[in-house]
Amino acid sequence: MITKLSHASVYVLDQESARDFYVNKLGFDEKMKIPIGEDVFWLTVGPKGQSDLEITLMPINKGTMFSDEVSQQLSNLVQKGTFGFGVFECEDIYATYQEFKGKGVEFTKEPTEEFYGIEAMFKDDSGNWFSLVQAKKE
Amino acid sequence: MKEDIHPKMYLYKRIVEAKLFIDRNYAQKIELENISSEASFSKYHFLRLFKQAYGKSPHQYLTEVRISAAKRLLEKGDAVGDVCYAVGFDSIPSFTRLFKKQMGISPKQFSLAQQKTAEQKAKQPFQFIPNCFAESNGWNK
Repeated sequence: MITKLSHASVYVLDQESARDFYVNKLGFDEKMKIPIGEDVFWLTVGPKGQSDLEITLMPINKGTMFSDEVSQQLSNLVQKGTFGFGVFECEDIYATYQEFKGKGVEFTKEPTEEFYGIEAMFKDDSGNWFSLVQAKKE
Repeated sequence: MKEDIHPKMYLYKRIVEAKLFIDRNYAQKIELENISSEASFSKYHFLRLFKQAYGKSPHQYLTEVRISAAKRLLEKGDAVGDVCYAVGFDSIPSFTRLFKKQMGISPKQFSLAQQKTAEQKAKQPFQFIPNCFAESNGWNK
Protein backbone atom coordinates (compact mmCIF):
# COMPACT_ATOMS: atom_id res chain seq x y z
CA MET A 1 0.00 0.00 0.00
CA ILE A 2 1.40 3.40 -0.95
CA THR A 3 1.25 5.75 2.02
CA LYS A 4 2.54 9.05 0.69
CA LEU A 5 4.40 10.91 -2.05
CA SER A 6 7.90 11.81 -0.84
CA HIS A 7 9.59 13.17 -4.00
CA ALA A 8 8.30 14.81 -7.16
CA SER A 9 10.35 16.31 -9.99
CA VAL A 10 9.97 19.55 -11.85
CA TYR A 11 12.16 20.06 -14.91
CA VAL A 12 13.80 23.46 -14.81
CA LEU A 13 15.89 25.40 -17.29
CA ASP A 14 18.33 26.83 -14.74
CA GLN A 15 18.70 25.37 -11.26
CA GLU A 16 20.01 28.51 -9.58
CA SER A 17 17.27 30.67 -11.02
CA ALA A 18 14.69 28.02 -10.08
CA ARG A 19 16.04 27.90 -6.54
CA ASP A 20 15.67 31.66 -6.27
CA PHE A 21 12.09 31.43 -7.56
CA TYR A 22 10.94 28.65 -5.26
CA VAL A 23 12.77 29.88 -2.14
CA ASN A 24 12.59 33.65 -2.44
CA LYS A 25 9.33 34.11 -4.32
CA LEU A 26 7.20 31.16 -3.21
CA GLY A 27 8.81 31.05 0.25
CA PHE A 28 9.78 27.37 0.12
CA ASP A 29 12.56 25.82 2.17
CA GLU A 30 15.62 24.50 0.41
CA LYS A 31 15.80 20.90 1.60
CA MET A 32 18.87 19.46 -0.16
CA LYS A 33 21.60 20.91 -2.29
CA ILE A 34 24.25 18.33 -3.08
CA PRO A 35 26.76 18.86 -5.87
CA ILE A 36 26.72 15.97 -8.31
CA GLY A 37 28.71 17.37 -11.19
CA GLU A 38 29.88 20.58 -12.76
CA ASP A 39 27.16 23.15 -11.97
CA VAL A 40 24.65 20.33 -11.37
CA PHE A 41 23.02 19.75 -8.00
CA TRP A 42 20.60 17.38 -6.37
CA LEU A 43 18.40 20.29 -5.41
CA THR A 44 15.14 19.87 -3.56
CA VAL A 45 12.70 22.36 -2.08
CA GLY A 46 9.36 22.15 -0.35
CA PRO A 47 6.65 24.28 1.20
CA LYS A 48 7.31 25.35 4.77
CA GLY A 49 5.14 23.20 6.96
CA GLN A 50 5.25 20.12 4.75
CA SER A 51 8.40 18.37 5.88
CA ASP A 52 7.73 15.04 4.15
CA LEU A 53 7.68 16.26 0.55
CA GLU A 54 10.72 17.17 -1.53
CA ILE A 55 10.26 18.76 -4.94
CA THR A 56 13.33 18.06 -7.03
CA LEU A 57 14.36 20.90 -9.31
CA MET A 58 15.79 18.74 -12.08
CA PRO A 59 18.08 20.34 -14.61
CA ILE A 60 17.30 19.43 -18.19
CA ASN A 61 20.52 20.18 -19.91
CA LYS A 62 23.59 19.30 -17.95
CA GLY A 63 24.55 15.86 -16.80
CA THR A 64 21.11 14.34 -17.08
CA MET A 65 19.68 11.25 -18.67
CA PHE A 66 18.63 13.14 -21.79
CA SER A 67 20.45 13.30 -25.08
CA ASP A 68 21.21 16.78 -26.43
CA GLU A 69 18.31 16.48 -28.85
CA VAL A 70 15.82 15.46 -26.18
CA SER A 71 17.16 18.14 -23.81
CA GLN A 72 16.50 20.77 -26.44
CA GLN A 73 13.01 19.47 -27.15
CA LEU A 74 12.17 19.28 -23.46
CA SER A 75 13.56 22.79 -22.81
CA ASN A 76 11.37 24.16 -25.58
CA LEU A 77 8.28 22.42 -24.21
CA VAL A 78 8.95 23.66 -20.66
CA GLN A 79 9.47 27.22 -21.89
CA LYS A 80 6.23 27.08 -23.84
CA GLY A 81 4.32 26.28 -20.66
CA THR A 82 3.40 22.77 -21.73
CA PHE A 83 3.67 21.14 -18.32
CA GLY A 84 1.51 21.56 -15.27
CA PHE A 85 2.98 19.91 -12.21
CA GLY A 86 0.47 20.13 -9.42
CA VAL A 87 -1.71 22.03 -7.04
CA PHE A 88 -0.45 24.06 -4.12
CA GLU A 89 -2.82 24.90 -1.31
CA CYS A 90 -2.77 28.06 0.75
CA GLU A 91 -4.60 29.43 3.75
CA ASP A 92 -5.85 32.57 2.02
CA ILE A 93 -5.52 32.90 -1.73
CA TYR A 94 -5.96 36.65 -1.93
CA ALA A 95 -3.08 37.31 0.48
CA THR A 96 -0.89 34.74 -1.29
CA TYR A 97 -1.81 36.12 -4.72
CA GLN A 98 -1.06 39.67 -3.58
CA GLU A 99 2.33 38.66 -2.16
CA PHE A 100 3.38 36.60 -5.18
CA LYS A 101 2.27 39.27 -7.66
CA GLY A 102 4.29 41.81 -5.70
CA LYS A 103 7.33 39.55 -6.06
CA GLY A 104 6.89 39.31 -9.82
CA VAL A 105 5.29 35.87 -10.13
CA GLU A 106 3.40 35.55 -13.43
CA PHE A 107 -0.22 34.52 -13.02
CA THR A 108 -2.18 33.02 -15.89
CA LYS A 109 -5.45 32.94 -13.93
CA GLU A 110 -6.55 35.35 -11.25
CA PRO A 111 -8.28 33.99 -8.13
CA THR A 112 -11.58 32.57 -9.31
CA GLU A 113 -14.37 30.79 -7.46
CA GLU A 114 -14.55 27.12 -8.44
CA PHE A 115 -16.68 24.35 -6.99
CA TYR A 116 -13.71 23.07 -4.94
CA GLY A 117 -12.57 26.46 -3.65
CA ILE A 118 -10.85 29.55 -5.05
CA GLU A 119 -8.19 28.90 -7.65
CA ALA A 120 -5.45 30.89 -9.37
CA MET A 121 -2.71 29.66 -11.69
CA PHE A 122 0.87 30.77 -12.01
CA LYS A 123 4.07 29.86 -13.81
CA ASP A 124 7.50 29.25 -12.36
CA ASP A 125 10.56 30.94 -13.84
CA SER A 126 11.05 28.09 -16.34
CA GLY A 127 7.46 28.03 -17.62
CA ASN A 128 5.97 25.17 -15.59
CA TRP A 129 2.50 25.99 -14.37
CA PHE A 130 0.84 25.29 -11.07
CA SER A 131 -2.58 25.70 -9.60
CA LEU A 132 -2.91 27.63 -6.35
CA VAL A 133 -6.01 26.78 -4.37
CA GLN A 134 -7.72 27.95 -1.24
CA ALA A 135 -9.80 24.89 -0.54
CA LYS A 136 -13.43 25.29 0.30
CA LYS A 137 -13.92 24.98 4.05
CA GLU A 138 -16.35 22.26 5.07
CA MET B 1 -3.62 44.30 -10.51
CA LYS B 2 -7.30 44.77 -11.17
CA GLU B 3 -9.05 46.16 -8.13
CA ASP B 4 -12.15 44.00 -8.56
CA ILE B 5 -10.52 40.63 -7.77
CA HIS B 6 -11.76 41.03 -4.22
CA PRO B 7 -13.72 43.94 -2.78
CA LYS B 8 -11.36 44.15 0.19
CA MET B 9 -8.11 43.81 -1.74
CA TYR B 10 -6.87 47.03 -0.13
CA LEU B 11 -6.97 45.23 3.24
CA TYR B 12 -5.04 42.28 1.83
CA LYS B 13 -2.37 44.63 0.52
CA ARG B 14 -1.85 46.05 4.00
CA ILE B 15 -1.78 42.62 5.65
CA VAL B 16 0.73 41.34 3.09
CA GLU B 17 2.87 44.44 3.70
CA ALA B 18 2.84 43.65 7.41
CA LYS B 19 3.89 40.04 6.72
CA LEU B 20 6.67 41.21 4.40
CA PHE B 21 7.78 43.69 7.06
CA ILE B 22 8.24 40.75 9.44
CA ASP B 23 10.10 38.80 6.71
CA ARG B 24 12.52 41.70 6.22
CA ASN B 25 12.95 42.80 9.83
CA TYR B 26 12.66 39.64 11.94
CA ALA B 27 16.21 40.11 13.20
CA GLN B 28 15.32 43.49 14.73
CA LYS B 29 13.23 44.18 17.78
CA ILE B 30 9.74 44.21 16.31
CA GLU B 31 6.79 45.61 18.22
CA LEU B 32 3.68 44.16 16.69
CA GLU B 33 1.69 47.19 17.82
CA ASN B 34 3.91 49.33 15.61
CA ILE B 35 3.23 47.12 12.61
CA SER B 36 -0.51 47.29 13.13
CA SER B 37 -0.50 51.06 13.46
CA GLU B 38 1.80 51.45 10.44
CA ALA B 39 -0.63 49.32 8.49
CA SER B 40 -3.41 51.63 9.80
CA PHE B 41 -5.22 48.90 11.70
CA SER B 42 -6.36 48.71 15.27
CA LYS B 43 -4.42 46.00 17.09
CA TYR B 44 -7.48 43.75 17.34
CA HIS B 45 -8.43 44.18 13.67
CA PHE B 46 -4.84 43.52 12.59
CA LEU B 47 -4.56 40.35 14.65
CA ARG B 48 -7.85 39.03 13.30
CA LEU B 49 -7.03 39.73 9.64
CA PHE B 50 -3.47 38.42 9.91
CA LYS B 51 -4.70 35.19 11.47
CA GLN B 52 -7.35 34.87 8.79
CA ALA B 53 -4.75 35.28 6.03
CA TYR B 54 -1.96 33.14 7.46
CA GLY B 55 -3.63 30.82 9.97
CA LYS B 56 -1.47 32.07 12.82
CA SER B 57 -0.95 35.23 14.86
CA PRO B 58 1.72 37.77 13.82
CA HIS B 59 3.69 36.80 16.92
CA GLN B 60 3.54 33.09 16.06
CA TYR B 61 4.58 33.92 12.49
CA LEU B 62 7.49 36.08 13.70
CA THR B 63 8.71 33.24 15.94
CA GLU B 64 8.50 30.77 13.04
CA VAL B 65 10.48 33.09 10.76
CA ARG B 66 13.13 33.53 13.44
CA ILE B 67 13.39 29.77 14.07
CA SER B 68 13.61 29.14 10.34
CA ALA B 69 16.45 31.68 10.04
CA ALA B 70 18.13 30.14 13.09
CA LYS B 71 18.05 26.71 11.43
CA ARG B 72 19.83 28.08 8.37
CA LEU B 73 22.58 29.65 10.53
CA LEU B 74 22.94 26.52 12.68
CA GLU B 75 23.24 24.43 9.51
CA LYS B 76 26.15 26.67 8.52
CA GLY B 77 27.82 25.88 11.86
CA ASP B 78 27.28 29.20 13.67
CA ALA B 79 27.36 29.07 17.48
CA VAL B 80 24.02 28.82 19.28
CA GLY B 81 24.58 32.05 21.25
CA ASP B 82 25.43 34.00 18.10
CA VAL B 83 22.44 32.59 16.24
CA CYS B 84 20.04 33.48 19.05
CA TYR B 85 20.79 37.21 18.88
CA ALA B 86 21.35 37.26 15.11
CA VAL B 87 17.75 36.22 14.45
CA GLY B 88 16.17 38.60 16.96
CA PHE B 89 15.68 36.62 20.16
CA ASP B 90 16.39 38.42 23.45
CA SER B 91 17.79 35.52 25.45
CA ILE B 92 19.30 32.11 24.89
CA PRO B 93 16.87 30.32 27.28
CA SER B 94 13.81 31.67 25.46
CA PHE B 95 15.41 30.89 22.08
CA THR B 96 16.20 27.34 23.22
CA ARG B 97 12.70 26.83 24.61
CA LEU B 98 10.95 28.07 21.45
CA PHE B 99 13.34 26.19 19.16
CA LYS B 100 12.78 22.96 21.06
CA LYS B 101 9.02 23.50 21.04
CA GLN B 102 9.01 23.82 17.26
CA MET B 103 11.75 21.36 16.31
CA GLY B 104 11.57 18.80 19.11
CA ILE B 105 15.32 19.10 19.82
CA SER B 106 17.53 21.85 21.23
CA PRO B 107 19.50 24.21 18.95
CA LYS B 108 22.72 22.50 20.08
CA GLN B 109 21.38 19.04 19.23
CA PHE B 110 20.12 20.36 15.89
CA SER B 111 23.51 21.90 15.15
CA LEU B 112 25.38 18.69 15.95
CA ALA B 113 22.99 16.60 13.85
CA GLN B 114 23.37 19.00 10.92
CA GLN B 115 27.17 18.90 11.12
CA LYS B 116 27.08 15.12 11.08
CA THR B 117 24.72 15.13 8.11
CA ALA B 118 26.91 17.65 6.26
CA GLU B 119 29.95 15.41 6.78
CA GLN B 120 28.02 12.40 5.47
CA LYS B 121 26.79 14.38 2.45
CA ALA B 122 30.35 15.37 1.64
CA LYS B 123 31.65 11.81 2.00
CA GLN B 124 28.79 9.83 0.51
CA PRO B 125 26.41 12.17 -1.35
CA PHE B 126 24.52 9.37 -3.04
CA GLN B 127 23.24 8.11 0.30
CA PHE B 128 20.96 11.15 0.19
CA ILE B 129 19.70 10.80 -3.38
CA PRO B 130 17.11 8.17 -4.31
CA ASN B 131 19.00 5.64 -6.39
CA CYS B 132 16.46 5.70 -9.22
CA PHE B 133 17.44 9.31 -9.95
CA ALA B 134 21.16 8.79 -9.48
CA GLU B 135 21.21 5.69 -11.65
CA SER B 136 19.04 6.94 -14.50
CA ASN B 137 21.10 10.12 -14.72
CA GLY B 138 24.40 8.28 -14.44
CA TRP B 139 25.49 10.44 -11.50
CA ASN B 140 26.73 7.57 -9.36
CA LYS B 141 29.10 6.09 -11.92
